[in-house]
Amino acid sequence: MSAEEFNAQLGLCQFLPGPNVVNLAVVVGKRYQGWAGAIVAPVGLLAGPLAIVLLLAMIYDAVGDMPVAQGILRGITAVGCGLLFAMAWRMGASLRDKRYFLPFTVMVVAAIAWLRWPMPAVMLGGLAASGAVAYWRLGKK
Amino acid sequence: MIVVQLFLEFALLSFVAFGGATALLPEMHRVVVENHHWLNDTTFTHLYAIAQAAPGPNVLVVTLIGWEVAGLAGALAATLAMCLPMSVLIYLLIDRWESFAGKRWQKAISIGVSPLAVGLIFSGATLIAQAAQFGWAAWLLVAATVAANLRFKLHPLWYIGAGALLGLLGLI
Repeated sequence: MSAEEFNAQLGLCQFLPGPNVVNLAVVVGKRYQGWAGAIVAPVGLLAGPLAIVLLLAMIYDAVGDMPVAQGILRGITAVGCGLLFAMAWRMGASLRDKRYFLPFTVMVVAAIAWLRWPMPAVMLGGLAASGAVAYWRLGKK
Repeated sequence: MIVVQLFLEFALLSFVAFGGATALLPEMHRVVVENHHWLNDTTFTHLYAIAQAAPGPNVLVVTLIGWEVAGLAGALAATLAMCLPMSVLIYLLIDRWESFAGKRWQKAISIGVSPLAVGLIFSGATLIAQAAQFGWAAWLLVAATVAANLRFKLHPLWYIGAGALLGLLGLI
């Protein structure tokens, strides 16, 4: 697989719903080994990290109530929250045609974070509207 | 029964997880904390923190949630629910999708999804902040992390290590 092909697949998997890496593993696995590859690739990718995370969960169950553990987790939560804001900022900054598309970002935040509307409905409605604007913009070029 | 319910709820969400599992944080919080009361706010934010610190893809926060809700069966059910439906769909549709490459409607969907994903991730961040009930020190750390992350190219683990240390010292 060439770098260009890989990038195209990655781009596709990043925009599809679901965990990107898992989607990508399915696509690449299928490409090389058919259905067997499409099963083995994501399982192989997730097995190790999954085992580690389960181990961490057991440790959390054992010591999570201790003030020291709670302090550490509060610190990590704050940092993790900051990393999310930074990720949103960076993704927002890289949007093209911001004038047309940033309003959809604002609407999603209002609907999900503020009004607490159910996400499946918000996403389907949002995708229809935002996709329609994108379709219209593509026609202008 | 909880395992089945968990599986079905998360499987439904997996179809709208534009932006990955991170984008689902607000909706998973709604299902797990607000609707079913399987977990409380504190545990939810702790699980998010553990997933951040752990190596591997960020979808594993789902595994942790499943574990706390219903043990090993819950962990596997939640993970499978998040990964399986789209994996099957992609397996079946990838060739057809590729044959549409470059079509105007296909490009429109790819472009249209991005601003929504940004909104979801931003919402996830505000949800974590709310659920964790940050004090002023935590907000300061959030702001410092955002500023540093946008300015420098450091691996996220450095920030997580710093956050853990500050938390260990009881400052956050």
